[in-house]
Amino acid sequence: MKRSLIPIVLLVVLALVPQFSVDIPYVFNGSIDTPGTLQLLALCLLFGGVAMTYDLLFGFTGLLSFGHALYFAAGVYVTDVAITRWHWSFVAAIAFTALVGVLLPLALGAVSLRVGGIAFAMVTLAFAQAGSILVFKNPHKWTGGEEGLGADYTKLPQGLVGIFNTKHLYWVALGFAAAVFAIVQWAVHSSPGHVWQAIRENELRVQVLGLRPYAYKLMVFVLASFLATAGGVVYLLLLGGATPEVTSANFTLTLLVMVVIGGTGTRWGALVGGVLYTWANERLGDASSSHAVSSLPSVLRTPLQQPLFVLGVLFILVVFFVPGGIARFGRVRRLREVFQR
Amino acid sequence: MPALPVPERKMSTLILLTITGLGLGAMYFLIASGLSLIYGLMGVLNFAHGAFLTVGAYGAWFAESKLTAVSVLPRFLLAALVGLAVGAVFAALVELVLIRPLYKRHIEQVLVTVGLALAVSALVVAIWGNDARPFVAPSWLGETTSVAGAHIPNDRWVEIATAVVVLVALNAFLRRTRYGLIIRAGVENRAMVTALGIDVRRAFMLVFAIGGVAAAIAGVLSGVYFGTVDPARGTSLLIFAFIVVVIGGLGSLRGTAVSAVVVGLVQQYANYYASSGLGDLSVVLLLGIVLLARPGGLSAKLA
Amino acid sequence: MTAILSVSDLHVHLGESHILQGVSFDVPDGGVTALLGRNGVGKTTTLRALMGLVDRRGRVELAGESIQAAATYRIVQRGVGYVPEDRDVFAGLTVAENLRLAERDGEPRYELVYELFPELRQRAKQRAGTLSGGQQQMVAIARALLNENRVLLVDEPTKGLAPLLVTEVARVLERVSELTTVLLVEQNLGVVARVARDVVVLDTGRVVHIGPAKELLADTSMVNRMLGVA
Ligand SMILES: Nc1ncnc2c1ncn2[C@@H]1O[C@H](COP(=O)(O)OP(=O)(O)OP(=O)(O)O)[C@@H](O)[C@H]1O
Ligand SMILES: [Mg+2]
Repeated sequence: MKRSLIPIVLLVVLALVPQFSVDIPYVFNGSIDTPGTLQLLALCLLFGGVAMTYDLLFGFTGLLSFGHALYFAAGVYVTDVAITRWHWSFVAAIAFTALVGVLLPLALGAVSLRVGGIAFAMVTLAFAQAGSILVFKNPHKWTGGEEGLGADYTKLPQGLVGIFNTKHLYWVALGFAAAVFAIVQWAVHSSPGHVWQAIRENELRVQVLGLRPYAYKLMVFVLASFLATAGGVVYLLLLGGATPEVTSANFTLTLLVMVVIGGTGTRWGALVGGVLYTWANERLGDASSSHAVSSLPSVLRTPLQQPLFVLGVLFILVVFFVPGGIARFGRVRRLREVFQR
Repeated sequence: MPALPVPERKMSTLILLTITGLGLGAMYFLIASGLSLIYGLMGVLNFAHGAFLTVGAYGAWFAESKLTAVSVLPRFLLAALVGLAVGAVFAALVELVLIRPLYKRHIEQVLVTVGLALAVSALVVAIWGNDARPFVAPSWLGETTSVAGAHIPNDRWVEIATAVVVLVALNAFLRRTRYGLIIRAGVENRAMVTALGIDVRRAFMLVFAIGGVAAAIAGVLSGVYFGTVDPARGTSLLIFAFIVVVIGGLGSLRGTAVSAVVVGLVQQYANYYASSGLGDLSVVLLLGIVLLARPGGLSAKLA
Repeated sequence: MTAILSVSDLHVHLGESHILQGVSFDVPDGGVTALLGRNGVGKTTTLRALMGLVDRRGRVELAGESIQAAATYRIVQRGVGYVPEDRDVFAGLTVAENLRLAERDGEPRYELVYELFPELRQRAKQRAGTLSGGQQQMVAIARALLNENRVLLVDEPTKGLAPLLVTEVARVLERVSELTTVLLVEQNLGVVARVARDVVVLDTGRVVHIGPAKELLADTSMVNRMLGVA
């Protein structure tokens, strides 16, 4: 009973954040109700949510996909192109994006799930790469290629446009994260959810029980991808446009990093990992220009200026020493244990 | 989309496309062969393989920028050699420090190589910046040779020849040496190799070093091909190398060679005869078709 | 009689099951000791545990020195040869290459191998994957015989072989036992009667009987009870 209360209390507290003017030095640059901080918090929540969708695949079902970016990017670009290039209404664009968010993973999942393990990872990577190429190729000048595509904000709901409405955007991101949390919790505790976790543990045994792992994997693949597409729409609203970076393989890799740092296949791990990663990425960028870092000798300063370097190294350390991630911090591995063999 | 000019379907164009496709395939092969061997023997999907390429290319570029007193050709050769050495040493260290402690924990090994791939490219950007750096090769490589009316850039020959030499050398190594024997046997059944009294982990470091050298060669050659080294090239070539490996069948050297050629050619032909940029997409399409037809890749394991 | 191999309180877990639950027995120096038991009681697992091919707990001593923590290749280098249940020859390698791979330091005993299996000499260039089951078994045994070993662990060498070949393998085992101690897993009681001096019987992960082979085989009701065969 108490356990189920925690998320609700947390949700209420987070929902009230924009109403308070509190300064948290070092953690945030300005008071938490300023647009800059709210924007960062919104991004944190958004990526926390997207990381949870990835965890559904990797953490709960054991599917190592390297192409999750594709479905997120579909949410960003399909909506953006529909309103900006095709001049559709926002509602029509969302409806169309939702349709793509189901059909695209259904088709690609059906093909890529024919192979397992590492081959699956590579195939998903290849499909995502195709999406990336398409965006860069800029067919009919729809996607804007390298430049990206700023959204036609006259088509967006007016309460979600402009710096004064950042707190509305924050609430949208919070709503997204909360919805994904609820859906993921519900899904992994449903009966297909139990099969997913059984597939992760031992696919053969699931087969022996007379179930078709393929169908269950396709189910989770479509669900996770659809939720990621929804995340892409939120991203478009938050950023007011699309940039091709969201299609890149590196974006999927960062999702993987978030999930592993937070702890795979747990209630809170992916959310916490996504929030912390996004926050650290942003703040490390700020910190690199800070006085403390710029006064370091260049051997230290140079790498510290690249958040991705710091996070990559941190990630390796987590894999080595905290294999359960933050969510299972109790299981820290000693140096001796790691190198015993 | 702007209307494309009707392609001139001339013989010379076909030859140029073919040779260029083979040159590209040669680079894919150099990257994919190491990936495939490492995967075949150790079960590790090495995401850091692009980093090997990057490290090798930057090693060569850095050496070149320091050897200003030497004339172009020896400088290029020396720099290339440095690049290969850097690639080999880096790859061997990665195996020793990051992969070996996670022995048999395949997912964690993949994760570590992912972290390494991110960290290395970020570090290269931190040190040398995001922009491509010019890489100087002997001018002959930039000139063309006429073959049946087609003007073929000379670097293509070097790429193809290098890949063939590497293929032949790797084959000879695998067939004629004891370590080659151990690697071929290990790809089939690693546990049984240890049950014959062989410390198979020594072979692990060796395949990483070999993979590192091959990737570094690809790094240097791509430096010649593009005239620059750049921090993102490792990752972009790696993705096609992955496709090559999956199409060729994991762990098979011959399959990798065939599929590298096929992928390189399809990419070139599609780019020219269909529409520029379609080459990359058609390769992904090819992958989809192969997987639907033969989920195990073009060949079974025959390393 | 001294024990060349001494196993005590050996435990193995595979997945969630506790497969070996404290196996203890000695293999006396010289001759053949047979490890018997119904299907799935853990005979193969015992050999794999001795070879260090699965995670195990307990004590294993080879001629008085403990080897339970050693890596597989070190155990082999100390003089333990292994002929696995499913032969595990390297299918893509030729017969000659399979043998060459097995060479350790010292003089590989090719004369012995070719004397026992003259056929392998003619088939040196053939891929092992294209050999018949019986020929593959010869390669597997030959690999272990190429080096001088203190003990050979042989897992069901007659599995799936025609009667004539079974006799042939029994003959080879007899000959081998003159050179090396053998721990033999075998379902064919005729072969056991012919070559084994002692028997160890396993049942669901535990040793249930140790004694001379003759004694056990003479007692039909005991054989029936422990091995479930007539
Ligand atoms: N990887 C594994 N995971 C779980 N259980 C296993 C595994 N490998 C073997 N087992 C189980 O361990 C038990 C012992 O297997 P083992 O192969 O040692 O039997 P055996 O005595 O050699 O049988 P046989 O005479 O049929 O060869 C069996 O019940 C088997 O199902
Ligand atoms: Mg058995």
